[in-house]
Amino acid sequence: MRDFDYIRPATIPDAIAAAAEPGSAYLAGGTNLLDLMKGGITSPERIVDISRLPELNRIERLDGGGLRIGALVRNADLAHDPAFAKSYPAVAEALLSGASAQLRNAATVGGNLLQRTRCSYFYDTASACNRRQPGAGCDALGGENRLHAVLGWSDACIATHPSDFCVPLVALDAVVEIEGKKGRRHVTLEEFHRLPGETPQRENALEPGDLIVAVRLPAEAASFSANARYLKVRERTSYAFAVVSAAAALVVDGGKIRAARLALGGVAAKPWRARTAEAVLLGADASEATFASAADAALADASPSGDNAFKIELARRIVVRALMSALSGTPERLPALPASPFSNIPGARHDA
Amino acid sequence: MTLELSLNQQPAHARQGSSIGQPLTRRDGFLKVTGAARYAADNHPPGMLYAVLAVSSIARGRVASLDVEAAKAHKGVVEVMTPQNRPALAADPDAKDHPFMFRLDLLQNDQVRYPNQSIAVVIAETLEAATEGAALLSPRYEVLPARVGLDGAESFVPRGVGVGGPAVQHKGDVEAGLKSAKTRIEATYETPAQYHNAMEPHAIVVAWDGDTLSIDTPSQGLAMAQGRIAGLFGIAPENVHIRSPFLGGGFGSKGMISGPQILGILAARLVGRPVKLVLRREQMYGPVGHRAPTRQTLRMGMDGEGRLTALDHHAKTTSSTFDDFFEPAADASHTLYASPAIATSHDAVRLDTGTPLFMRAPGEATGSIALESAIDEAAYACGMDPLEFRLRNYAEVEPMTGKPFSSKALRECYRQAAETFGWASRPLQPRLMRDADGFLTGWGMGTATFPAIMFQAEARAVLKADGSGVMETGAQDMGQGAWTAFAQIAADGLGLDIDQVDFRAGSSDLPNAGIAGGSGHTATAGMAIHNAGAAVIARLADLATGDEASPLYGAGNEGVLARGGRLYRRDDESRGESYAEILTRAGLTEIEGHGKGAPDPASQENYAKHAHGAVFAEVKVDPDFGQIRVTRLVGAFAAGRVINPRLVRSQYYGGMIWGVSFALHEEAITDRRSGRIQNANLAEYHVPVNADVPSVEALLVHEDDPHVNALGIKGVGEIGITGTAGAVANAVWHATGVRPRRFPIRIEDLLG
Ligand SMILES: Cc1cc2nc3c(=O)[nH]c(=O)nc-3n(C[C@H](O)[C@H](O)[C@H](O)COP(=O)(O)OP(=O)(O)OC[C@H]3O[C@@H](n4cnc5c(N)ncnc54)[C@H](O)[C@@H]3O)c2cc1C
Ligand code: SF4
Repeated sequence: MRDFDYIRPATIPDAIAAAAEPGSAYLAGGTNLLDLMKGGITSPERIVDISRLPELNRIERLDGGGLRIGALVRNADLAHDPAFAKSYPAVAEALLSGASAQLRNAATVGGNLLQRTRCSYFYDTASACNRRQPGAGCDALGGENRLHAVLGWSDACIATHPSDFCVPLVALDAVVEIEGKKGRRHVTLEEFHRLPGETPQRENALEPGDLIVAVRLPAEAASFSANARYLKVRERTSYAFAVVSAAAALVVDGGKIRAARLALGGVAAKPWRARTAEAVLLGADASEATFASAADAALADASPSGDNAFKIELARRIVVRALMSALSGTPERLPALPASPFSNIPGARHDA
Repeated sequence: MTLELSLNQQPAHARQGSSIGQPLTRRDGFLKVTGAARYAADNHPPGMLYAVLAVSSIARGRVASLDVEAAKAHKGVVEVMTPQNRPALAADPDAKDHPFMFRLDLLQNDQVRYPNQSIAVVIAETLEAATEGAALLSPRYEVLPARVGLDGAESFVPRGVGVGGPAVQHKGDVEAGLKSAKTRIEATYETPAQYHNAMEPHAIVVAWDGDTLSIDTPSQGLAMAQGRIAGLFGIAPENVHIRSPFLGGGFGSKGMISGPQILGILAARLVGRPVKLVLRREQMYGPVGHRAPTRQTLRMGMDGEGRLTALDHHAKTTSSTFDDFFEPAADASHTLYASPAIATSHDAVRLDTGTPLFMRAPGEATGSIALESAIDEAAYACGMDPLEFRLRNYAEVEPMTGKPFSSKALRECYRQAAETFGWASRPLQPRLMRDADGFLTGWGMGTATFPAIMFQAEARAVLKADGSGVMETGAQDMGQGAWTAFAQIAADGLGLDIDQVDFRAGSSDLPNAGIAGGSGHTATAGMAIHNAGAAVIARLADLATGDEASPLYGAGNEGVLARGGRLYRRDDESRGESYAEILTRAGLTEIEGHGKGAPDPASQENYAKHAHGAVFAEVKVDPDFGQIRVTRLVGAFAAGRVINPRLVRSQYYGGMIWGVSFALHEEAITDRRSGRIQNANLAEYHVPVNADVPSVEALLVHEDDPHVNALGIKGVGEIGITGTAGAVANAVWHATGVRPRRFPIRIEDLLG
């Protein structure tokens, strides 16, 4: 590991000033950053440790009903906050389906948004990777890519964004609050992450030195609380990234869908808001047939980027099931195996 | 607690009441959960430096350049070891004096023969400096195309497979058997490369003192490691002192000393200071052995009653380009099912990988998942219940050799496990069972088996004038509980309470305990301990029975019992005296005895010796997504005498969970072009987590074996994987109607 400077600023402005220097990186929970540094994937010259900035550690109700979650709130603390879980059950479920208990205790809201792809060629510094080294090429193309993207990919990069948390967040119109040299600004989560295009190295809307200070959920996000689920198919029952996941949230009245939110995870370089599918749902009968049409709409533009055609059909089925689960109502208690297809198994005794 | 030991080696099963058989908790458990247990990498001799490997990122070619200057210029870096300055060795690391000597990569030249091969070692004052120094070497390579995958090179028939067994064997006429069959099946299965991921990576702390070596390193075979090191460095074995009190898992990867461990010793020699070298997780994927992938084809013929008329098992596997180890997968068909004609054969390709080596149940695990899947297919083809089919083909003698079994309680295993599981209500047809939540539910079974092997071991027993005892043997505790099980055998061997025995193990300075492998450690070192105990008690009895002042005078050795620190007259137990009294009167501070453990040649010749078991699995499969969960596992195992039921059960659990891993999770994903492994980390190299194994039950089936050894011990370390992996695969078929043909079973295989 290369030598680096370690700075622990006392205030947000100090942090931003320190991180504006080239070669800087913020350190939050460190669960992703430290792995990347140990593997030589990133080699920052200066670490700006924000983990003890007190004002970033709060969950605040906003006037008008919204919620503001500080960037340093730990994934576990947020998921286990009873008021939060009640209002945004799909978000809590997504959080608890991610990583392991130990990692969730350390991982932060901001860090979760900014975690890098799990593409193995990105991690393997002997491989060509445009995201790691612009212009180098993409060894995932034609390689071991059964878990890569089926939506929004380009020939420059076929990686996916691995976050669970971001999937229901993007569905619920979350907004990222950013502070930088030029002050504060708000960017919707949908616009925050970028598709690769020709510049996969530009992963999000942050400029050098920009600090995520909070994530906001608008008032309307809580209106789905009675019918909101997150569903995640993975290759072991817990402690695995999604093969494909979906967040679904509905407002249903008299059998008709009055509002609908749908997003997919594990399919693209960003959490994938399925707006065309939402349009299919809106005003339609809340039925499996409608959900199937919505699933078709959501995946209409999908195409395999390698040995991953199965993910397209899998995603369709997950969309239908997630919508069915949302329709049948948010469970009274979060299941013992959050977001798992097996969450219903009677006698499931283990927290994931 | 009564303790009893006869002096005339009565068969162990005839004795009763002892330390043996008690479900003691691990004696080292407290040290481990409190962090006080000192593993190899926890050592830090004064003046110690850190060594870090630089490893190859190509699979094949040569290292054209290394920026040694840049590495040396980095603050804290003390030295860089490359082929140019690596200290001389007394033996060629590419020499192969015997089949168990595996070739090592010790910077003997600039050639690269697999990814993650060591190409240099950076030695520095800190781990960080050494790590950065290794990165600064920025190797350049001349790259040759990598040979990857089971079809990546021309295949050939290896000279031997496993530990040297013939690659091709047969009895009877398989083709005729297939021809005469009423029903036939043929099926091909693929198993992936699996890599060692013991919790503790290989680590070594080395200090040279002249020509004497002091080493802390985890080892499953201390004496072998000692001999190999002595040979490579041209020093006397007794100058090599290895401490290995605890291993954070071995599973075969620490059976032979690996290249990186030797490089740690070389690094210490080069810099003249103690050195620590610890492999990074991803560096485990190459130089420490792995389970080779296989493609196995089975053909079976059955008569009208579902009896096998022929069984043909072919396995294709891989080895490295520079050494020979061939996963003996097809040999799994030698021992389980009766058939008038059996043929097994292997072929292999040489790939640019590290040499595959022993990995828990090498050959047995890979072969078992294919054989048990094929047996399930055969049963279904005959319209028979899989258990009934297995009973119909039950082997009364070992099928390949015709030898009688030394003992075989497999029928009882089937019965107990099936009953506990509730197998009787299983429908024959697949895809018929759904649970209340709509999940496809399937039940499958597999037969488990593993040979009862013994190696060679020695032990030394001491009785002291204060009445306490010492038992010494260089045994290895890999986490399986050897510290405890051996102390139990030692206590009985010495006729003492376990707290009166100072049991010493885990060091090469102690008598050679052989290897902790092949599921033979408890039997082998256990017999050495048992015999050492008997020898020292015999000496004690000599003293007493020959001494007129003793109440045992004239009883003769045969007439004396040892129990609870006293000797008694067999014909009158009211007459006896304590060890302390006997030794004190004789004016001795201590006496000692030696014992050996080794297989008995006559019983080797006359009997087939195997442990057996039956495993039943329930899986649930999401009908839309193909995600699988093993909701229930029940295994019943008969493996001779159980020294400690608690430890034995955890061996079965661990094996069964590895079976789940084999069927559903584990796989090294290798880039088809570069040959580099893409998931060399514990986030992406999946093994089961707790949520994957919600219910695992292991039943211990009583089995007396008078032939394996005097204690009646077989072995329990590896058998659990066999049977289980196939049971899970068969349960998946029963749930879905889709026959798994490659492992691990993937979502896309079941999506339909
Ligand atoms: C083994 C393993 C399994 C995992 N499984 C899952 C899973 O199943 N699902 C899932 O969603 N996630 C999973 N994760 C990822 C995990 O959720 C992330 O590592 C974690 O959320 C990152 O948060 P952190 O606070 O530790 O970020 P850090 O590692 O500290 O930072 C990550 C990145 O964000 C930057 N950063 C952090 N905070 C800020 C901020 N406030 N402003 C600007 N930049 C910032 C850092 O500079 C760095 O580049 C897994 C991780 C591991 C290691
Ligand atoms: S898919 Fe993207 S992240 Fe992966 S190797 Fe290609 S460019 Fe890099």
